[in-house]
Amino acid sequence: MDDATIQTGSNMNTDSHTAPLGGDPLDEGRVGINGLQTKGVHVWFNKHHVLEDISLDFPANSVTGLIGPSGCGKSTFLRVLNRMHEFIPGAAMAGEVFLDGKEIYAPGVDVTAMRLKVGMVFQKPNPFPSMTIGQNVLAGLKLANIKVKDKDSLLEECLTRAGLWKEVKDRLKTSGGSLSGGQQQRLCIARALAVKPDVLLMDEPCSALDPASTLKVEETVVQLSSDMTIVIVTHNMQQAARVSDHCAFFLSDGGPGVIVEADRTSVIFSTPSDPRTADYVQGRFG
Amino acid sequence: MTTSTASLVTPRRPWVNRRDVFKELIPTLVISGALAAVIVNFTGLAGPLGSYVAFVFAYLSVSFLFGMRHDKVKAIDKVMTTLVCAGFFTAFIPWVSILFTVFKRGASAIYWGYFSSDMSVTSGDDELNMGGLSHAIVGSGIILLIASLIAIPFGIITAVYITEIKGRLSGLVRVMVQSMSGVPSIVAGLFVFTVMVTGKGFSAISGAVALSILMLPTVARTAEEVLKLIPEDLRTSAYALGATQTATTFRIVLPAARAGLVTASMLGVARVGGETAPLIMTSFYLANFSTDFSGHPLASLPMYIYQNFTNGTDLALSRAWGGAAVLLSLIFIIFTIARLASGRAKG
Amino acid sequence: MQTTAPERRQITSVSRPSDKAFQGVVTTGALSAFVVLALIAGFLFLRSTEVFRIFGFDFITTSKWDSGSVDDGRAPQFGVAAMLLGSVIVATMAMIFALPFVMGTSLFLEYYISRRIRFVLVSILDLMAAIPSIIYGLWGYLVLMPYASHWAASINKYLGWIPIFAVDRANFDASPFVASLVLCLMILPIASSVTREVYSRAPQDQITAAYALGASRWGAIRAVVLPFGLSGLVGGMLLGLGRALGETIAVLLTLNLVFAVKFQVLASAGGNVASLIASKFGEAGPLELKALMAAGLVLFMLTLLVNFGAALVVSRAARSTK
Repeated sequence: MDDATIQTGSNMNTDSHTAPLGGDPLDEGRVGINGLQTKGVHVWFNKHHVLEDISLDFPANSVTGLIGPSGCGKSTFLRVLNRMHEFIPGAAMAGEVFLDGKEIYAPGVDVTAMRLKVGMVFQKPNPFPSMTIGQNVLAGLKLANIKVKDKDSLLEECLTRAGLWKEVKDRLKTSGGSLSGGQQQRLCIARALAVKPDVLLMDEPCSALDPASTLKVEETVVQLSSDMTIVIVTHNMQQAARVSDHCAFFLSDGGPGVIVEADRTSVIFSTPSDPRTADYVQGRFG
Repeated sequence: MTTSTASLVTPRRPWVNRRDVFKELIPTLVISGALAAVIVNFTGLAGPLGSYVAFVFAYLSVSFLFGMRHDKVKAIDKVMTTLVCAGFFTAFIPWVSILFTVFKRGASAIYWGYFSSDMSVTSGDDELNMGGLSHAIVGSGIILLIASLIAIPFGIITAVYITEIKGRLSGLVRVMVQSMSGVPSIVAGLFVFTVMVTGKGFSAISGAVALSILMLPTVARTAEEVLKLIPEDLRTSAYALGATQTATTFRIVLPAARAGLVTASMLGVARVGGETAPLIMTSFYLANFSTDFSGHPLASLPMYIYQNFTNGTDLALSRAWGGAAVLLSLIFIIFTIARLASGRAKG
Repeated sequence: MQTTAPERRQITSVSRPSDKAFQGVVTTGALSAFVVLALIAGFLFLRSTEVFRIFGFDFITTSKWDSGSVDDGRAPQFGVAAMLLGSVIVATMAMIFALPFVMGTSLFLEYYISRRIRFVLVSILDLMAAIPSIIYGLWGYLVLMPYASHWAASINKYLGWIPIFAVDRANFDASPFVASLVLCLMILPIASSVTREVYSRAPQDQITAAYALGASRWGAIRAVVLPFGLSGLVGGMLLGLGRALGETIAVLLTLNLVFAVKFQVLASAGGNVASLIASKFGEAGPLELKALMAAGLVLFMLTLLVNFGAALVVSRAARSTK
């Protein structure tokens, strides 16, 4: 039974899906062009082992949700994907992360260029207050010294894709801090989009927002997934069910976090293989 | 997921690649060194300072060029990193020079009798194995003691007003303390000169009063910070037991803050111990050892230095450096003890 | 339905006599700062009214300082213009020299090194702030001066066509340039302590966002830290300015006192109000003494103004982060 009903409002093209581990055997081995994969990733903070043997495929042009109770290392794992984890003192890792077939932790990799390809949106909206709305969107270009011929059309494109254009098109020159929480978060999405990433990482992007803004952001996420890979960490199971095509369930029993099960969202929510997954999605804990 | 995989895997830091850093760093250093030598040869820059400047300039250019191999953003980042680091180190060069000079040149004036003789029979340009600064040390001690007796109680009282009584004038008091810390030392000296010295002559007390004006803000500010650190629960439980505000303050709060208040006092002393300008106009100078704090001038370490400086001869200047070495050592010791005590009090 | 709130009760308490006494004593003591400041300002003002009555506004605009002489029939003439200008010139130059180093030091300590090294270096920096001004003056005259005169000569050689870098005589010792270099060293610890504190409070989440966008370290600093820390930097520099304006002994030792309005910063002539007072009080007659007090009043007002401005800027910077 195809549970397309659970994922309402999405217009994904289901043919380019690649099933992660434990998925449809017919799709085995096919990795998208803009694929993101991890193999055997472990994460430590000093001696503290926080993530164990995380191997995931993130199919192109889809949304993968990382779900699980808080404290399992989902956000930490997200930061491993764009090499933001190394900023934390005492951070260490093992394993490999492949972007477009290339390992991002290999020696000699241009980290700042890599971060242009893997964008990130954070839990708390953080537009730069010293810049206007327009400057905020184009900030990534300025920081990376990327020259763009037509700034205005890029501005409009990014803000439209983020679902914010209509609301701010007349006040692009006002300060970035003058918007509401939901608008600020969409501004951050537009800012991340301006450098044309292949992957967008989102760390609980709606947890600080009201329900109306949350809905708008979720619509944006689904629309964006038509041409980029999105990985979204969320506490909210219903949100994962609404927004994601695939899900990975993280769990920690006091030790390092592990992946209990990873599959299509429809499978995770209706017929999960692992009893712990069933318990979580049915709200028995978490 | 089994634990057997975990035992086979070791944590790594793949983003730390020292090899790559050295691959770029060593050629940059070498080429900068060569370029600096060329610059020094062809311009007027000379000596260690000139070579340093030439090297910084060369390093900036070379690292920029190396950075351009990747892209402009990285090149600018390298240049700014160099500028920031160079800015920091250049600022430290004068201080290193000061410490070095003070102790090196001061050492020549110090001999076994330096701390037990005064300058009553020796003149500034006599040989360095005569005379000493006992009068200056004792004089400074007396002046600072009297200044502390004035400034410390008032400073602590001011802090107590702000944190314990929390009166309506607290804001005004803080602004006043802040303004008082901005009074130029010469103005404090001038004020005490008008009030206490004209007609009566120099005295140690007037010097102490001038110093206390400069000392009070430091003591008050530090004491306020220290008292704020005392948790409110302490006071609340005392009041709940029926204690008066007086008893709470004197028996609970102040004893709890004892170490911090000592720190505040010591910082105040360190702050004014080296002040010269107010003393020029109030306690002036006396070449004899004395403990008489009123009626006539009294020596002090800063004034000892100043007098020998104005003397101007080489031997007198050596004495000035000797005094500087003693003064600096004492101030550093007091300052360090104060900081260590405050560290232990907080943590 | 009754929707008016009940009347609030007036809560009063009567303090014990011991507490009343305690509060009285402490309040009086706390106002001591206010009393002292008022006394200083009051005394200086009282004693200087006569000077202002005699010389009027000329006191601030003329630069001749002559205690007069009965034998030569010269009337006394006092003017602080030269010294006031000197105070401003030397302090401003010190600020200009200090600015790049304040920024560099603060950024270096907050964003370029690890926490453990930072603790050591900050402690050393605080120690440098405790060096007394007489030692700065001693070092400035005896150690720095030869170098500084040499630099001044070079500046004069290549840039002497600019009026402030010209000199009447080829003597570069004891110039405002040297004095301002020493002052720059003295205000560096205070200014960078304030600036460093503000830089450390720059919002971490925006810095992370900048890095996630692919910024380099300098890119993130420029986008987030510098705009955020601007008011703190200004406040710190103003605090340093206040200190430099009132500095006496370092200037006294390193600057050749000349009572003429001079804009030549490399020449061996200058002075500031503080060193004026320190050098002249010894042999001053009653009128000259009053003139010195008037000069002290002017200096006091000036530093008060600058320190108020600094406190305002710093408190606004502190409030904007909360």
